[in-house]
This record gives sequence, structure tokens and C-alpha cells, in this order.
Amino acid sequence: MLKLIGILIIVIGFIKKYDTLAVVITAGIATGLVGGMDLMQIFDVIGTSFVKTRYMSLFLLTLPVIGILERYGLREQAANLISSMKKVTAGSVLSIYTLIRLIAGALSVRLGGHVQFIRPLINPMAFGAAQNNNPMVGEAEEEIIKGHAAASENYGNFFGQNLFVASAGVLLIVGTLEELGTTANPLDVAKASIPIAIIAFIYSGISYWKLDQKLSAKSKPVSEKGV
Amino acid sequence: MVMKDMLLEIMYVLCGLVAIVTAVYAINDKAHPSAKITALFWTLLGIVFIFGQYMPGYISGIILVVMALLAATKKVTFGSLKNSEEQFRQEKAKTIQNKLFIPALAIGVVAFLVAQFVPSLGALVGLGIAAFIATILGVIFTKATVSELSYDGSRLLQQVGPSSILPQLLAALGALFTAAGVGEVISGGIGSVITDDSKLLAVVAYCAGMMIFTMIMGNAFAAFAVITAGIGVPFVMSQGADPAIAGALALTAGYCGTLLTPMAANFNIVPAAVLETKNPYRVIIAQAPIALSLWVTHVALMYFLAF
Repeated sequence: MLKLIGILIIVIGFIKKYDTLAVVITAGIATGLVGGMDLMQIFDVIGTSFVKTRYMSLFLLTLPVIGILERYGLREQAANLISSMKKVTAGSVLSIYTLIRLIAGALSVRLGGHVQFIRPLINPMAFGAAQNNNPMVGEAEEEIIKGHAAASENYGNFFGQNLFVASAGVLLIVGTLEELGTTANPLDVAKASIPIAIIAFIYSGISYWKLDQKLSAKSKPVSEKGV
Repeated sequence: MVMKDMLLEIMYVLCGLVAIVTAVYAINDKAHPSAKITALFWTLLGIVFIFGQYMPGYISGIILVVMALLAATKKVTFGSLKNSEEQFRQEKAKTIQNKLFIPALAIGVVAFLVAQFVPSLGALVGLGIAAFIATILGVIFTKATVSELSYDGSRLLQQVGPSSILPQLLAALGALFTAAGVGEVISGGIGSVITDDSKLLAVVAYCAGMMIFTMIMGNAFAAFAVITAGIGVPFVMSQGADPAIAGALALTAGYCGTLLTPMAANFNIVPAAVLETKNPYRVIIAQAPIALSLWVTHVALMYFLAF
């Protein structure tokens, strides 16, 4: 049981919001010590594993080009494209954004973010569409739309990124399995992530559709309700 | 094979150089609040990337412990490197337009094409080739200078910060767990609950472990290292599950937990604040039905697709 101390350290360290790297290293050293290893052996396992898994950090090579694209207006152009789309309903705005975010993740395009896209663009567009369709939509509905707008970023981000063969998630799976003595290849992991990405998009669409139902229900005149 | 390893080693050297250039920008940044500690951190990372292959493992290990200590001071931070002005970006977006997306898309497309059609090189070398092609396309379309490339690369790396090496450290933690026999302890505990060789129970335990641990830790990557060592490999993979499929679904099962927990503040609590919601848990409320339905779907997919 004592060997589980590393897990306990991680849980407490993360809850207390101590520095993540320090927590992970401390957990590793503590686990090694109670497992009967000496410090040198522990350092050796950490260093050897890190050098062996350097491929997990190859995204460093893509940073310069992404940096200059941002400098020359990549985000602004994406925002222009998104805001030129037809604003039919709040739900359709969110569906389109989730889809764009999924595809961007699959292609390893770092576009998105609550600060960059949801607050300045997607949330106002969704709320605007809702108000357009139904003047009765007010503050209470705005609050609910905000929750779904933030969620649309998370669904696309989480379930799209593993479709990219060299994403951090895919390489974490490959690297961790390798350290545990099992092999998987990055392309197979990315392909195995396709079904759940499609399903996540469908489920999010259903939830946006229900949101639209709720928003338009508010517009029905009171007199009709009694019939 | 030799060709592939050689190309990979060259790519690691280039990654190391990105880290070293970042250190140089940090140390020359007059407005940086902790230039020296930040520069030391990135230099050490560069050294492990460039020379790791030729140093004894324990030296790299000691360097990483030092880097973790530097990170613990919370002084490995972002300096004053700036993106261009909003107005400049708007103007450039108007003139370059959708061509801006081509280099960005090239990263994903080229990496996939190499992985799919040149299996002898694989996804990783593919990513390196993709980054190279994308950089050339980016310079052609934006007419950026070489110094802008190094400046903006350093800017982004400083922005991501020390957590950029977290996945690798978690893999190292997994290696230590294996060496110390942690997997056996967890699997011993789970094994007393799952007595028969039920594949379905094993899948449920793996997916539930991922979701619950992610909710507690707020980090699916950390949960993946722990739960895969304790449940995934000894109970699911050992019964013949395809590791790629089971592993992929386990991580996204963890993401279902991310959608549900205030511990994942970056995704759930900060956005609520950014959008100025009245209820700080508004985002989690919106996500909960989807997260739970997706989790059940994960169990079904892993059970039917991995075996």
C-alpha cells in the first residue's frame, strides 16, 4: 500500500495547486524510494525515460511558424470567416464552431480559446441570433447560452486534438504504453479516436438543438399556452 | 530504420535549439521579471534535448530534477515578448486572407500523409517534415523575416511555459511506477474486486478510473499514466484489448471527467469568469449531460472495438 504514496502526492499537490512539474517529480522520487530504489537509480529511470520520449515534445518545431502566422493575423482572419457565416439560431452558431474547432484540432491548427474566440465572437453571435429569433430572450437565457458557448470550445478541443497523429495526447498514450511495456503506433491511436470525435459532435449537436428548443419556447405568446 | 533514427535525432537537436534561443531571448529581455531563472530552465531543457542521447541517464535525471525545482519557484515565466499590434494583424489578415491558413493546415496534412504513406518514416518524422514545409510556406505567404521566426517561436514557448514538458515527465513517472511495482499494488486491489476475467468489468473499471482520477486531479494526462499502469495494462490490455484503441478511448474517457470538474479550472471556471456568468459552475452545468452520455459511450466503444 505504501507504494501508492506517489498517487497521494499527485492528488494533494494538484489540489493544493503546487507547481505541476515539482509535484510529478516529487511523486516519482517518493515512489522510487518506497519501492526500494536508491536515488541514483531513480534519477537514471527519470532521465532515461525522458530522453527516450523526446518525440513527445516535437511540437516545439512548429512554434516558430505558428508564431509568425499569429503575428500576421491568423486569428483575425479566422474570426472574419466565422463572423461572416449565417446566424440562423444560437444552436447552429455553436454547432458550426464546435465543428471548426474539431477540424482545427485534427489538423493541429491552434485556433480557438475562450478568451480569443468565445467571449469576443461566438457568445455574442449565439446570443444575437437567439434575440433575433425571439425578442423575449433575456438575461436568464443569456446566462445559459454562455455556458453552452464555453462548452462548444471544450468539446471541439478535447475530442478533436487526438485525431492529429503527433498531438500531445496521442504521443502521451504511445509513450506511456511504451514505458509500461506495451506498444501502440501513433497513427493507430489517432484513427482509434475518430469514432468518439464524431459521436461527441453529434451529442453536442443534440444539446444545442435542445437549447434552441428552450430558447424558442420562450417566444410563444401566453395565450397559446392555454390551448 | 537508421535513416529514421538519424532524422529524429536531428529534429531533437532542432527542438533543443528552439529552447536555447528561448533562453537567449529571456536573458536579453530587460523587462523580464526573472530572466536568469527562466533562461536557465530553457537552457537545461535544450541540453537534455541535444546531448541526452550521449549522457548517462542519471545526469539527464538530475538536470530534470533541477528544472522541476526552478519551476517550483514559479519564476520560470513569460517576459515582455509581444505579438504585433491588433491593427497590424487586422490589416495583414485583409491582404493575406485565407492563404494564412495554408501553412497551419500543412502541419496536420503533411504529418498525416507521411504517417500514412511512408510508414518507414512514421508520424514523428512526418511532423518534422511538416513543420519544415509549413515554415517555408509561412515565410512565403507572410514575408516574415528569420528573426521574426525565432522571436515568435520563443514568445510561444515562453507562453506555454514549463508545463510544455509535463507529458514527458508523466511518462517518466509511469516508468518509475513500473520500476517500483505500483501497477501490481493497484491491480492487486482492483483484482480483489474484479474476481472473474470479465472484460466488461475491466473496461468499466478503466473508464471509471480515468474519469474519477481526472476529476480529482483536474488533469487527464496525469490520470492516464496512473490508471493505465494500475488498471489499463494489467486488466484490459492483458485480456487481449488492442492497446491503441483502449488507450485512445481511456484518455478521452478522462476528458469526460475534465468536462465535469472545477479542478480543471482552465476549461471550466476561468471561461465562466471570462464570460461573466452569474453561476461560476455554469459551464460544468452545460457540459454535464454530454459528459455523462459520452462516458457511457466510451465504455461501449472500448468493449466492442478494442476486443
